[in-house]
Parts: sequence; C-alpha cells; structure tokens
Amino acid sequence: MSATALSSGRPRRISPARWGLYAFILITALYFLLPLYVMIVTSLKPMAEIRQGNLLALPASPSLAAWVKAWTSACTGLTCEGIRIGFFNSLRILVPSVVISILVGSLTGYALSLWRVRGANILFGAMMVVAFIPYQVFIYPLVRVFSFTGLGQSLATIVTIHTIFGLPTMTLLFRNYFTSLPVELFKAARIDGAGFYQIYARIMMPMATPMIVVAVILQTTGIWNDFILGLVFAGRDNLPMTVQLNNIVNSTQGERAYNVDMAATLLTALLPLVVYFGSGRWFVRGIAAGAVKG
Amino acid sequence: MQRSNVDITNLQIGFGGLKVLENLNLHVDASEFLVLLGPSGCGKSTLLNAIAGLIDVKGGEIRIGDRDVTWAEPKDRGIAMVFQSYALYPRMSVRKNLSFGLKVARTPQDEIDSRVGEAAKMLRLTELLDRRPSELSGGQRQRVAIGRALVRHAGVYLFDEPLSNLDAQLRAELRVEIKRLHARLGATMIYVTHDQIEALTLADRIAVMQGGVIQQLDTPKKIYREPANRFVASFVGSPAMNFIRGRIARDGGLAFIAGDARFDLNGYAFRTPPSDAPAVLGIRPEHIEVIGSDHPSAVPARVEMVEPMGADALIWCRLADGTAFSFRSDADAQARAGDTLALRFPAEAFSLFDDQSGQRL
Amino acid sequence: MRLSLTSRLSVISALLPALMVMLVVYIGATSWTAWMSLTNSRMLPNNNFVGFRQYELLLTNDRWLTSVHNVIIYGVLFVSLALLIGFLLAVAIDQRVRAEDTIRSIYLYPYAMSFVVTGLVWQWLLNPTLGIQHVLRSWGFAGATFDWIVRPETAIYCLVIAGVWQASGLVMAIMLAGLRGVDDEIWKAARVDGLPKWRVYISIVIPMMGASFATAAVLLSTAVVRLYDLSVSMTNGGPGIASEVPAKFVMDHLFERANIGLATAAATTMLITVIAVVAPYLYWRARKGEVR
Ligand SMILES: Nc1ncnc2c1ncn2[C@@H]1O[C@H](COP(=O)(O)OP(=O)(O)O)[C@@H](O)[C@H]1O
Ligand SMILES: [Mg+2]
Repeated sequence: MSATALSSGRPRRISPARWGLYAFILITALYFLLPLYVMIVTSLKPMAEIRQGNLLALPASPSLAAWVKAWTSACTGLTCEGIRIGFFNSLRILVPSVVISILVGSLTGYALSLWRVRGANILFGAMMVVAFIPYQVFIYPLVRVFSFTGLGQSLATIVTIHTIFGLPTMTLLFRNYFTSLPVELFKAARIDGAGFYQIYARIMMPMATPMIVVAVILQTTGIWNDFILGLVFAGRDNLPMTVQLNNIVNSTQGERAYNVDMAATLLTALLPLVVYFGSGRWFVRGIAAGAVKG
Repeated sequence: MQRSNVDITNLQIGFGGLKVLENLNLHVDASEFLVLLGPSGCGKSTLLNAIAGLIDVKGGEIRIGDRDVTWAEPKDRGIAMVFQSYALYPRMSVRKNLSFGLKVARTPQDEIDSRVGEAAKMLRLTELLDRRPSELSGGQRQRVAIGRALVRHAGVYLFDEPLSNLDAQLRAELRVEIKRLHARLGATMIYVTHDQIEALTLADRIAVMQGGVIQQLDTPKKIYREPANRFVASFVGSPAMNFIRGRIARDGGLAFIAGDARFDLNGYAFRTPPSDAPAVLGIRPEHIEVIGSDHPSAVPARVEMVEPMGADALIWCRLADGTAFSFRSDADAQARAGDTLALRFPAEAFSLFDDQSGQRL
Repeated sequence: MRLSLTSRLSVISALLPALMVMLVVYIGATSWTAWMSLTNSRMLPNNNFVGFRQYELLLTNDRWLTSVHNVIIYGVLFVSLALLIGFLLAVAIDQRVRAEDTIRSIYLYPYAMSFVVTGLVWQWLLNPTLGIQHVLRSWGFAGATFDWIVRPETAIYCLVIAGVWQASGLVMAIMLAGLRGVDDEIWKAARVDGLPKWRVYISIVIPMMGASFATAAVLLSTAVVRLYDLSVSMTNGGPGIASEVPAKFVMDHLFERANIGLATAAATTMLITVIAVVAPYLYWRARKGEVR
C-alpha cells in the first residue's frame, strides 16, 4: 500500500496491487452476474432472434411476450396453464410451512435452552446429527406413514414435511438465541410466577424478533427452493413452482422455447431474489446463524 | 545495538473528517524512555501507529535516527512494536513467533538462533519456546510479544498499552521487567499508557496528552510537582490533587483567599507576575499537615470522613466556604468526623492556575 | 430452581413434537430403511430377509457405480473449488474495497436461488448450439468447442461449474466472517515484522481459520451427498447415465423402477458415508464447546 522504498515521498493514490484487486473483483462479479444477465435478455427476445443472434446480445426489441406465455400458457406436462399454477401452489405451501415450522422450532429451542430438563442436551445433539442425513433415507418410509394415516400426498402432508425437516435448523437458531439472552430476565419472570407458555409468548418471542426475521428469510428461501420434497409429498394438485418449472423446461416435446423457459426460470427465482435483495445483511446473518450448525 | 532518536514535526493525522492530531511536535532522544500518557481516545495510539508507519499521515514529517521515514514501510523504519492484545501468531510456537519475521527477512539461521536465544534468556522464555500462545498465561504471552520485538534489534521500541490486559499484580511485575530491560539495553522506548502510575515509574520523560495535543512534556518529577495546567494536575497523581477556587490578594503580603480562608503565598514561584484575577489553588493531599491552632498561617477545616488506606489514612475535610479536599495523615491519626483541625498549606507545594485558561501561574 | 409438576408437563408438551419427530421420522424411518435394504422388496415392501444380497447387487450395478464415481468427482472438485474461490472472494472483499455491500450481494445472490433454477440456467448457457460455444464462435474463434454437457465423459463437470457458481458465495460469507475475526493488531504486528500480505494469509490467517474451513467443508460435503435437483434439472442424469448421482439412483429405484430393496441399500450406504464425514466434525465441535 505505502511505498516500499524509504522516503520515496507520498505514495500514489492507487497502487498496481490495488488495480489487480479491482480487476479480480470485476471479473469474478461478471462471472456471477452472467447467468442472471443471460436469463433476463433471453426472456425478452423472440425465438427467431435467439436462434440467429448471440446469447449475450441485448434484445433488438424487448418484448414481454415470453413472460406472458410462461405465466399463463406454458405447458407443465399435461396441462398448459402456465407456471402461475405452480406459483400459487408454492405460496399455499410456503405460508403455513413457514409459520408452523417457526412456531414449533422456536418453542422447542425455548424449551431446550432455558428449562433445564433431563435429556435436553441429548435430544438437541441428536437433532443436530440428523440435520445432516440425506432425505433419501427417510423418504420412502414417510410416504408409507402418510398414506397409512390417510393424508397421502396433500397440502397438509407437505406442510408437515417442511415442519419436520426445518425443525433442527429452527431449533438450533432459537436455542442459541435464547441461550445468549441474560438469564436474569427468565428468572425474574419465573419469580413473578409466570408459567412456561406465558414466558414464551409474552417475554421470549417478543425479544426474539431479530431471530424471527432471520428464520423467516431462511425458511422462505429454503421452502420455496425445495424440489424433492414437493415432488414426492405435495401431490399432483399441489406441485410447487420448482417442479412445474422443471416440467416446463425438461419435458417439452418438439422445439424448445428458450425465451419462455428463461422467463419461467426468472419467475421462479423472483421471490427468493426479492427476499435476498430486500433483506440485505439479514440474509447473511441468516446464513451465519443457520448454516453454522452447532 | 543502535539507538535512534525520533523527531516529529507538524504531524497531522485524521480519519475522514475527524482531525485526531494537528501540528504535533515531539522530540525523543536516543536511549530515552518516553511515555505518552492520557485518557483513552486522546490520540496516543494514533501517534504511536504513525511513528510505526501503520497509518498514513496527512502532513508533517517523521524522522527516526535522522532519516526521513514519513512514507517508509514499518519494516524499514528500524522500529519494533508491542501491542495491548499481544497480537501473537496463534498457530505458531513461541520460537516460531520470535523467529518468523527474521526468517522472512532472510536473516541467516545462526543469527536467528542467537537472537532468539538471547531474547528468550532475557525474558525467561527459554522453557516456553515450544509452547503455543494458547498454552501461556497472560503475563507470559506479553513477554513473548516483547521478545518478538527485541529480536528485531530495532532502534526504537514502541509499546501500546502493553500491560492493560493484565491483572494488577502481573502488571506491577512486568512493569519492573520492562524498566530493567530499558536499563540493560539502553534502547529508545516510546510507551503508551493511560495509567499514570506506569508513566511515573517508567518514564525518563512523560508527554501528557489530551484531545490530540501534548499538554506537557517533562520529567515525571516536574509533571507531578509542577503541572503545566489543570488537566495535567488532575490527571496525574492518586489520590488526586485538591483544587480550591479563590483569588490572589496583595493586602498584607501575597496570599490566596478562598472565602474566609487565607493561604500565604510566600515562597510560591510564580511563572507570571501575579495579578488579582480569579484563580485555582492546587495542592496534593500529602503536602497538607496538621499544626497547632495558634500558628499564624493555620487554616481551620472540619473533618467529614476518614478513609484508612493501610500505610496511611486519607482525611476528607471541608473549608469554611464548603470546598472539599483531602489530605494524607499517618494511619494512627486521631481525627474523627466532626472534629475541627488546624492545617498548614505550604506555599512551596502549591500549584496555582488561572481560573479561565487553566494555565499554571 | 426445581420445576413444579405443571412446569414439567408444559416443558414435555412443548418438546413432544421434537420427540415424535426424532423417534418416528429419524430413528423409525432410518431403521426401517436399513431393514428394507436387507430384504428383497420390489414394488411393495416385504420382510423376506436376504442378508447383504442387495449390497452385492449394488456393487455390480453399472448405474450405481457410475453414480458413485460421479459423486466422487463432483465432490472433490466442487468442495475444493468452492472453498478456493469462496476464500479468494472473501480475501478480496476483506481489502477494504469500495462498495463492499454491493460486491458481496453479487457473489452471494446465486445461493438464494434453487438448484432447479441454477441447473436450468447453466443448461442454457452450456447448450452447444446457442450457448457459450456459439458466442465464442461468433466472436471469431471458429474452432472453439465447449460442448461438455452433451459429452458423456464431461457432463459431470458441467454440474461442478453450476454447483460452484451457486455455492461459492456461501463459502465467501463464512470465510469473510472468519477473516473479520482476525485481530487488527495481528495484522499490524505482521506489518512491523515485514511480512508480505500473501505470507500473512498463508502462514498466519489460514491456520487461524480452521473452524471456518471445517464449517464450510462440512456444509459443502452434505450438499454433495444431497446432490439431486441439479442433476435432474440440468442433465436429467444424461447423456445416458453419464451424470447420474446416488440420490437420484435412490429416487429412481424407489418411484420408477420399483426396486425398494436396492434403493434402500443405496440410501443406507449414503447414510453411512454421511455419518463417517459428519460425526468426527460434530464431535470436534462439541469438544471445543466444552473446553471453552
Ligand atoms: N481507524 C479509525 N477510524 C476513525 N477514527 C479513529 C480510528 N482510530 C482512532 N480513531 C479516533 O481517533 C481518536 C484517537 O484514538 P486513539 O489514538 O486510538 O486513542 P487512544 O489510543 O489515546 O485511546 C479517537 O477519537 C478515535 O475514535
Ligand atoms: Mg489506544
């Protein structure tokens, strides 16, 4: 940064190393942005232009036709009603799943952090271990269990499944947060005679607002982006957007409509991207809190 | 070993819009132990980091050993530095911590070995050479950090609050060790602290800083006895200096008047010709004595509280006008709350300050 | 404080869902899967014990062997490249660059997108007729070939490209947190010692970041074992079976090929592999937690 030679006077404002650094950042940033850019420009071009032109070229006359088609009339296997079906299915799965998984996870984390019950550490440790196990190990038995209980493949099933598989991370998030709070708060409430659920609802959850934000971000992106669980448990009428998207793109007969494909892809990525860019540092916090298991 | 002097002229440093140091001048002699003393946030570390070359300056000049090093890299300045948090390389053994810098600078291996051995012996680290920093106590860690500075055979050693993270006893021990080291090496040392005891015990000269400005630069004795202004007077010394507001009067000999109390100023060495503007009289607790009440210069005071301090006791009193002050008396003093005492305030021990500017009169 | 009976009942009621999930889903389902792998179940589960027969079949099954081969290639490349790129990105951002937040957002946004979206975008980019290869040729590199996605021996590398693109940002975020944890005074000490920056990273900073590397490596490794969506959406395992992966092998044999015994044997093999990776890590973390 400063000059290496002795007394060589005030150094230049930007050194060659600095230029190298910015060049590296620029090139890597372009690599990361390239797919997003290509998605956007492709979705705005007519097929003729795509076939003749250049992947990277800006659209000659941008049009939203592909977006309209993707939303209203693209074929997802047998029906041709566009990806909006999947969008609304995903929404119907998302909202109850996020709410219930956070409720159950925070309650579990609360019980495991502040209430010293026997076996709490064992239960928590076990939950951390199973969080790493691949879904393929559980999927078939769970399919059997749900068909046995009569729920089969349904909205209720997929919501339950998301709650189950979100439990370890949510528990971890809230347990660590509650453990970090001053324990006097909890003791004072107990001396005042507040009960287990009262302390949870009146004191702990209002204090946990930042963690709730993190949990909502984490669960929203996680559940929206899920493919395999929705495919197996949601049932044909509730298939989430990711599954519908894959059907649109990968099971087309005849010539592929790349512009429609990319419009549908962007539509599917839209909600997580909005959450991501809208939440700023919270997303990073969510990763730091949720990804670092243990 | 070389011993460099340090010359700083018109130094200016700022962070963004915040000016931390402005037109600061400081000269440190070769072999001198200079302490930068001041409350936290006053710019001591900033000044030290500038000498080390760890932050860029906005203006001015820094010379070390008569070379202009204002824009030189830290490693080329002939300095070594010890940090408050020790800043040891955590995954390296003590030996590696001491030798790594030399190795990167391609010092011959036998030279490295001899320097490391010498520093380790001096700091009693020989037994610890193969341990990791995490296996050492705080005091040992700081000795390693000092060792890492010593092996550089630098012309100037810089210390940034090296003892602040240690408990009181270790601090006292290590303080002695640093002083011994200075006596033995005769190296130039610049030492930052906010602890006035450390400053008084270690320094050849102390620079007392506040708000980025050196308030007084002098020997510990002078700083303690003749503080240049009220800030220095109140920052240095524990228990703190007493301050009594009043004015200087000439009626019947020079005297300081505070309410009904009259303090004889005969024997006070004025720096400026005395005027009768409002002033503040400062006197340290150990300079006030109890005398007979018939003594002509006796000042009466009411005892409020006695604070035993082991070897002696601190007696808290009030003058007739309500000004509170304290003085030291031996531990067996009979004074009790409510008593009235006759006290002598010797003029030779006074520090008089202008009430407005706070400067010494 | 000792808990009263009502408190204790409340705690138990709150932990009931977690207990149920642990017992029924994790322990129950895992044991059932393990048991099924020892039977000759085909379309429907049965209890005809056949010992390790399914595992023997697995070892001679071409598709399984290809899947394992692929996941090893993918795993090694994906984990090491994502770690390397993520670390370099974090180091770059750590140099007090301008617009740090924007740059970080750009590196991390792919992680917000699903594997399906990732797979489809890269499928389009790597498409030899109209994708990057086409662009290169239109720029005058007439002989440029970049048709990995349609060649059986290279298809798996396309998954690596897409996976690294998606996950490097996550590694960057973890590493950046680690780098920011390095005491500023250590950097100052190193500068006084005259160490060049790259040397400080290699000899001092990286050894201090063991925990960050371990965390990132474990997260990436579990993503490797779970690799499914990307293979389905990008290549659907093809061309032929060239980019099949174990998770897809299990799913296909469960739901399309009606071979529960073989599928559960494959799933159990995956389970054991994951435990072998994760158990030492969790043990290490738990021990570290105790020491602290
Ligand atoms: N990197 C920095 N950026 C902005 N302000 C700083 C920085 N370092 C120090 N300062 C400010 O400069 C002043 C002096 O700081 P410092 O030299 O660390 O004080 P000291 O060491 O005497 O406690 C403080 O007001 C501090 O807030
Ligand atoms: Mg400081």
